[in-house]
This record gives sequence, C-alpha cells and structure tokens, in this order.
Amino acid sequence: METNIPLLKVDHASIQFGGLKAVSDIQMEIQKGELVGLIGPNGAGKTTLFNLLTGVYTPTEGSILLNGKRLNGLAPYKITQKGISRTFQNIRLFNDLSVLDNVKIAYHTLAKHSMLTSIFRLPFHFSGEKEMEEKAIEFLKIFHLDVYKDEKARNLPYGQQRRLEIARALAASPQLLLLDEPAAGMNPQETKDLMKLIRFIREQFDLTVILIEHDMQLVMGVCERIFVLDHGQLIAQGIPEEIRNNPKVIEAYLGEEVS
Amino acid sequence: MSKYRRLKGFWLSITLAFIIFFVIQFLITSGQLNPFYVNMILLISINIILAVSLHLIIGITGQFSIGHAGFLAVGAYASAIITMKLGLPFWLAIVTGGIAAALSGLIIGIPTLRLRGDYLAIATLGFGEIVRIILLNVDYVGGASGMQVSHMATWPWVFFSMLLTILAIRNFTLSRHGRACLSVREDEIAADAMGINTTYYKVAAFIIGAFFAGVAGSLYAHNFYIIQPSNFGFLKSIDILIYVVLGGLGSLSGSIIAALLLTIVSTFLQDYPETRMIIYSLVLIIMMIYRPQGLMGTKELTALFKKNAPIKEDAQDGNKHTIA
Repeated sequence: METNIPLLKVDHASIQFGGLKAVSDIQMEIQKGELVGLIGPNGAGKTTLFNLLTGVYTPTEGSILLNGKRLNGLAPYKITQKGISRTFQNIRLFNDLSVLDNVKIAYHTLAKHSMLTSIFRLPFHFSGEKEMEEKAIEFLKIFHLDVYKDEKARNLPYGQQRRLEIARALAASPQLLLLDEPAAGMNPQETKDLMKLIRFIREQFDLTVILIEHDMQLVMGVCERIFVLDHGQLIAQGIPEEIRNNPKVIEAYLGEEVS
Repeated sequence: MSKYRRLKGFWLSITLAFIIFFVIQFLITSGQLNPFYVNMILLISINIILAVSLHLIIGITGQFSIGHAGFLAVGAYASAIITMKLGLPFWLAIVTGGIAAALSGLIIGIPTLRLRGDYLAIATLGFGEIVRIILLNVDYVGGASGMQVSHMATWPWVFFSMLLTILAIRNFTLSRHGRACLSVREDEIAADAMGINTTYYKVAAFIIGAFFAGVAGSLYAHNFYIIQPSNFGFLKSIDILIYVVLGGLGSLSGSIIAALLLTIVSTFLQDYPETRMIIYSLVLIIMMIYRPQGLMGTKELTALFKKNAPIKEDAQDGNKHTIA
C-alpha cells in the first residue's frame, strides 16, 4: 500500500496572477527515485511550477502533496525542512560568504544548538558547530569543492558556482531535488560532467530529481520521464522517445505546420 | 589549526582589553586624566556599543534600519525611571533599559521587517520619531525639559557593558545563527529555500540589536545628568548609522574603529558646532568616493594578522573600486 503513495503528487494545481493563469490544472505524480525532466518553451510556466512546489507561491486551486501530505500554504523554509530543496535558474549563492559557509547554512536546520547556547558559548555550541563543519567539508569533498572552501562563493568560476549550488541544495538533505536549468551557460564538456554528476547524486543520496532544462541532449540523455509544459498546461508526458515524436510537443516548440 | 589560532587571538584580545581597562582605570582614579578626556572615553565606549548593536542589524542581517536612536531613547528613559523614580540599583536599570528596548524592537520588528530596503528604512525612521514625540508629550518623564539623572555610569560599568556587548555579538555572528542572518543579508530568497526562517532571524537580530542599544541608552542616561527627547532625534540615528557604514558593512572591528575615530573627531569639533556637521559630512563623502566598502570592508581586524588571509584579494577589491 505504502508504495502506491507517490513521493510528489500535484493535484489539479493552478495559479492565477490577476487575469493570467500562469500554470493551470497541472496533474503530476512522481515516484520515489525517479529522475524527471520538465521542458517547455520560454514562458511556459516551468519555473512557476517550481515556485509552487517550493512554496514561493501558493496554488490558487488544487494542491501539492509530498508523501501524501499537503504542502499548500506552508512557508518555503518549512517546505525545505519537509524535504524539497532547489537550485535557481539565475544562480543564487551567498556570494560574499565562503564556499564552506554556503554549505553550512544549508545544514542549519539539522543542527540543534540554540541561540543562547551560542551567545554564551556553552559546550553544546562547540559540539554542534564542529559537527556542522565536519559534515560540510565531507560534502564539499564529494563535489571536489573542498579546495575552494575558504574562497568567497562569488570568486568561483561559473561552472563551479553551479556545482556549489547543487551541493548546497543537497546539504539541506532533501528527498526531492529540483534543479532549475542546471546546465544554463555551460559548455558541452561541463554539461557532460553535470549529467554524470546528476546521475551520481541520485544514486548516492537516494534522491528523486526534477530537472528543468533547455538542453535537449541533456534532458533526453539523463531523464527517464519527461513532462512538457506549454502556456501553463501540461501537454505531454512520457519517456524521452515518446516525447520526441509527440506532435503536440513538436508544435509547441516549432510552431504549427502551415498548410 | 586555524581554530587554535583563532582561540589564541581571542584570548589575546581579551587580555589586551583588560590591560586597557586597568590602565584607564588607574589614570582615572589617580586623577591624571582630566574630566574632559574621561568623558570622551565613556562616550566612545557607549558609541561602540551602539555601533556594534546596529552592526548586527545592518551589517550582518542586512536590514537597513535608521531608527536606532529610538531604542537608545527607550533604554535611556526606562533606566532613568528605574533609578530616579523607583530608586532601584543601577545594574537593574541597565538590564531594564535593555529589555525595554528589546521589547520595543519586537513590537516594531514584527510588522516592519516584512518591508525591504528603503521601505524598511522609512518605517524605522518613523519609529524613532514616534518614540521621541511620545517622550516629548509624557509629563511623567519631564516632557520637553527632560529628566534629571544622576551620574552613575562609571568606567567599569561602561567598559564591561561594552566588552559583553562585543562578545555577545561576536559569539552570535560566529555561530549557525549568525550565518543564518548573513544568509538573509546575502539572498533572502535563497536563504528561505535553504530552510532558514528568515522572518525569525530578522526579528531576532532586531531584538538583540535593540537590547544592546537599550543598554547603551542606560549608560548614556547615567552619564549626562539630564536626558531630553531632543538628544534622541533623527541625527542621532544617522550618527550611529555612519559608524557602521564607515567602518564597513559587515565588519565588527570596522564599526568599533569607526565609532572610536568619529567620536574623537566629533568631540574635538564640539568647539565649532557650526562646522562640525560640515566636516563630518566631508569625511563621509571623501570616504565613500575613495573607499566605498568602508574602512574595513567586510573584513575583521584579526584578518590582518592571519598568514593565510587572502590579503591580495583585498588589494584586488580596492583596484576594482578605483578603476570603476
């Protein structure tokens, strides 16, 4: 019975901004362990859907369920604590903080020492901070970012910043990881490495991943299932092969054939 | 290893602070320091408390608050009521001043911290003015003519309050809670997405900052024999803001150094009240042109002593600014 509950269920979710229905009546079910792609032309509502999932927006209709529990109306930080973590289309690192601190902040909610413990420097503070530091360094090692640990995040090369953002999202120990155009602005070699990385973290951390991407090669190569959005509506879903040949998808991307 | 070094640096600075304390204490008790300088030293310390408390709100948490004199006023009046009206001891007055200011920080923080940037600035500015005008109209605390307060803020009181303030803010900053505040400053949306309760940390920083501003207010009140609402106007808030900005947003030692230097400058300029603000403003303009990141940037004084500190990067930063 338990296996039948999908990790994520989007149940007829819509959001309306004034007169514009940015995302309308979306139905999705994602099982634990899947690696799913979300594609669509510009302005299709992909990022808006991510924002709905992470609580930046609350759906005006319908609901979003994680492990069968409703997430509607929860603040973004609470949703992160429940197990959805994300990266951003335009990288949002804590630029002036060190690489290590960036990851440590994602560990914040897993540490328990209180504010007064820290101000008075009670023993619990030291053990808590030490644990955070060790975990964060361990983590950076997985991503080969430990050599940069004292560097400011803004000084990292672009590709490394993307990796750091993924590392930071993972440090928040999610069940579901949302990657918003992780390959944007990367060269082919970096994209290839990224694909490897995404597969690797899914195995390593037992994750479910949803990926927004424009790079078709990456999406088709790495995802098991693909959802296609256009004008806020889900127009197709299926395995890469089906999507590639779906007339609706071709139409959305290339326009209607003129007869 | 770096932890060991940090720890060594910590005890070294504490020892240094105590040496300064005893030297000044000796000079005061032996009467070698004339009252003008004693007063200046007390004022410097009080201003350091103010600067450090605002540093937590602006420099660390990134909430642009310009009503800090409001908290100072609340602390000053609350403590003055404790000692002068109720006749209770001074230590209690300091604590009460802090708590009263922290409470007002909570009350003003919850509704206004939803605002960002300029909106928050205007709201906090409004708070400062409201406090001043309320005090102006309450007869219990003397209205416009103010309240007589006896001089109780001696050097040990002021020094230890300052030391505890700096330590508390430092300890807070160098912990997961401080990092949470930093993440709010860096990128609120990302902080939220990383599971940080941003509202909680903004309000917490506000309350802690307000508490220490209230402590400063208690000391301030018991240093000047009289407090009047006009002491806590908009310009006082700006004075405090300047310490933080000039010292370098995000640098604790920067705000301390700026408070120290600017208090000395403004004390010596007291003989020329007409030109004081002009010179003051000029210093700021020049500073902002040639060193927009403030005296210390985001760095701490201790970074200068570290071997592995990326000093060259600082130079790069400087170049970038001058070229741009």
